[in-house]
Amino acid sequence: MKVALLQGGRSLERGVSLRSGARVAEALSDIGHEVEVLDLGPDLVAKLEGIRPDVAFIALHGTEGEDGTVQALLDLLDIPHTGPGVAACQRCMDKSLAKHILRENGLPTPNWVTYSEAAIRDFGAASSFQRAVDTVGLPLVAKPASQGSSLGVKVVTRAEDIPGALMTALSYDNRAILETWVSGRELAVSVLGDQVLPIVEAIPTDNNAYDFEARYEIGGASFVCPAELSDEDADEVNRVALAAYNALGCSGFSRVDLILGDDGPQILEINAIPGLTETSLLPQAAEAAGVEFEAMVARIIDLAL
Amino acid sequence: MRSSAMRDMMAITARPEVISLAGGLPDTSTFPPEAFAAEMDRIAKTSVAEVLQYGPTEGIDLVREQIAKVMAAEDMRIDPMDVTVTTGGQQAIDLITKVLIDPGDALICDAPTYPGAIPTFCSYEADIIQIECDSDGMKIDILEQTLAELAAKGRKPKFIYSVPTFQNPGGATLSLERRHRLVALAREHEILVVEDNPYGLLRYEGDPLPTLYSLDGGNYVVYLGTFSKILSAGLRIGWIVSPTPIREKVVLGKAASDLCTSTLTQDFAGEYFKKDRWREYVDDLVAIYRNRRDAMVGAMSEYFPHGTTWTKPEGGLFVWATLPDVIDTEDLLAKALTKGVAFVPGTGAYVDGRGASSMRLNFSGVKEDEIIEGIRRIGKVAREHLALYETMTGTDEMRLPPRPEDPEEER
Repeated sequence: MKVALLQGGRSLERGVSLRSGARVAEALSDIGHEVEVLDLGPDLVAKLEGIRPDVAFIALHGTEGEDGTVQALLDLLDIPHTGPGVAACQRCMDKSLAKHILRENGLPTPNWVTYSEAAIRDFGAASSFQRAVDTVGLPLVAKPASQGSSLGVKVVTRAEDIPGALMTALSYDNRAILETWVSGRELAVSVLGDQVLPIVEAIPTDNNAYDFEARYEIGGASFVCPAELSDEDADEVNRVALAAYNALGCSGFSRVDLILGDDGPQILEINAIPGLTETSLLPQAAEAAGVEFEAMVARIIDLAL
Repeated sequence: MRSSAMRDMMAITARPEVISLAGGLPDTSTFPPEAFAAEMDRIAKTSVAEVLQYGPTEGIDLVREQIAKVMAAEDMRIDPMDVTVTTGGQQAIDLITKVLIDPGDALICDAPTYPGAIPTFCSYEADIIQIECDSDGMKIDILEQTLAELAAKGRKPKFIYSVPTFQNPGGATLSLERRHRLVALAREHEILVVEDNPYGLLRYEGDPLPTLYSLDGGNYVVYLGTFSKILSAGLRIGWIVSPTPIREKVVLGKAASDLCTSTLTQDFAGEYFKKDRWREYVDDLVAIYRNRRDAMVGAMSEYFPHGTTWTKPEGGLFVWATLPDVIDTEDLLAKALTKGVAFVPGTGAYVDGRGASSMRLNFSGVKEDEIIEGIRRIGKVAREHLALYETMTGTDEMRLPPRPEDPEEER
C-alpha cells in the first residue's frame, strides 16, 4: 500500500514529531508498505495530489498537525488518514472545550477557568484573578489551552504569581487555563481502536509533589506499565478514560491523561495524536498488551481504512 | 536549556522560513569556490594516497606549522611541536576537560559562559563555578575571592576556562589590566588557565589586546584555537597548545577518542594557510561581519523595548541582550518561533538558572536584511509580552529608566 507519512511541521513539537515519524517510517517499510515521507510546507497539497497515497499516516504533534488543520485537508482530498477526525482533533486540542464536553458528559475533570490574551489585554480580566483563585483554589496549574506537551506549564502556589505563570502559558497559545492542582497518581490510558491498553503510571523520581514541571524532564519520571492498581481502581480508570475517548469523538487511537486522587480519577487532557517515539507511552502500553510496534502501526493503518 | 521539550522546540529553526539568530555559524558562502576547487585539484593530483590514510594523532606537521603562523598573527610565539590538532574547537575543550578533571573537581568559568562547554564540563562531572562578567570580562576581584574561599576549604580548581576576547555569548572582552591580573593570579595560585580564542582575529574596531597566552608565555595558560571562524567550521580543525606533560595526556586522550583529525581536511587547511591569501579572506569576513553587527545593534535600538540592555562587541559573532527581568526568554522564544525567528535563551550559558531574561543573538550567519527583520520580530513579541504583563500587574512602562543613549554603557 502507498502510505504518505506526514511529519515535522511548524509546531513547537516538531522535534518529537520527527522522532515519531522516523520510527513509524521504519515500521511501515518493514511491514511492506511503500512510504513517502512529507514535511508540512507550501507544496503539501500538490505533493499529496501527485502521490495519491492510499492512506496518510499522521505523525504530527501540536498545532496544525493535531488540531484538525491537516485532517481537514486530507478529507477534502479524499485521502483516508490515521487517528481521530477533524472535529475530535479540534475538541482535544482545545483543553477548555474538551473539559466542557467532559463535564457535560458527567466525566470528572478538575475545576478550571480560561483566560484569553484578548480578555486580559482588552477587557480588564486581570482584576478577576482573585475570583479565579476562589474557583480553582491553590495550588493551581497554569497551562496553554492548546499545547500537547508540557511546554508552558507552571504550578502556582501564591495568587501573586498568577501573572508570571499566565505570561508563560500565553507564550505558547493565545488562551490559557488555570486548573485546580490535583495530587495523586499520574496515569495515562491509551486507546487503540476499541481496545483499552494497559494503564501507564508516571512516577516522579523526586519527592517534591509540586515539581510538576520536573516530571516531564528526561529522568524526571519513571514509567510503570501496567500500573499497579487495585482491580477496582483500574476498572474505574479504564471506564472513565474510554468514556472520555468516546465523548470527544476520538477514533483510531488517542491517549487520555488522568490523575488518580483520593476522590477517584480526574481527567486532565486527551492527546489526539500521542507521541510514537521510543520513550512514548502509547507504544509502551501496546507492548504491555503484547502488541509490538510494527503490529501497532499496522493496526493504526487498518483502523484508518 | 532547561528541558528536552525546549530542545525539541529548536527543531523548528531548521525550517527554511525561520530566521535563525541562534547559531554560531560563520558565513561560509563567502569563501571563493575557485580557491576551494584549486585546493581539491592539487590534492587530487599530488596527495590522494596520503589524504585517504590515517595521520599522526597530534596532527600533521604542516598544519602544526601553519597554526604557529596563524597564532603569530596575534603576537604569540610557539613551537609547532607543542600543538595538538583537534577535531574542531569543541574537541579541544572536551580533551582538556577529560585530561584535567576527575569527577567532583572544581573548575571556574565565565558567567555567562560558552553554552557548548557546559555539557562537556557536566559529562566529566566537574563542579562548575561561574564568575560574573561585566563589559570588561570576568570580574577578577570575584575570582580572587572565590579562589580564597575554595582554598579555605582546602580546594583548588583544576583550571579556569575563559573566552577572554569577544566572548561567546556575552560579547565582552577582558580588559588589559584584568588580563595581567588573571595571569598573575594563575601563577600565584599555580592554576591553569584555559584560554579559548576562536574569534581573536575577527576584530571590527579598536586595537588588539595581547592574549593571555602571550602574557604568560605558555607556563600556566593552555591555549585553544580553531580554524572554524576564519576558514571553515566544516573542516573541523581546532588545536591545543599546552606544556609537554599535558600535551602527552591530550594525545593519549585523542587517540582513544578518534585516533586523528581528518587527514583530508588537515591537508586542505595546511596548504591553504601556507599562502598569504588567508589574511585577505579574514579581512573580507571582518568587513562583512562588521556590517552585520552594525545592522543588528542598529535594529535593536529601534525595535527592542525600553529597559533592554545589550553589548556592542568589538569583534566576534554575538550580541548578548538582557530584557526587563519579568521576561523569561524561553517563553519569548516560543512566541518568536511562531513568528519565524530564533535566538538562544540566556539560561543555556549558566548552570544555576541565571540568564532567564537574557538572550544570545548571532549576527555572522545571516544577511543584514534578515537580521533587521529578525530583530524587528523579536522586538515586537517582546513589547507585546511586556504590555501584557503591564496590563496584568498595573505597572507603567515597568517603571524602568529610559533607554540610555549608548546601551553598551549600561552593561
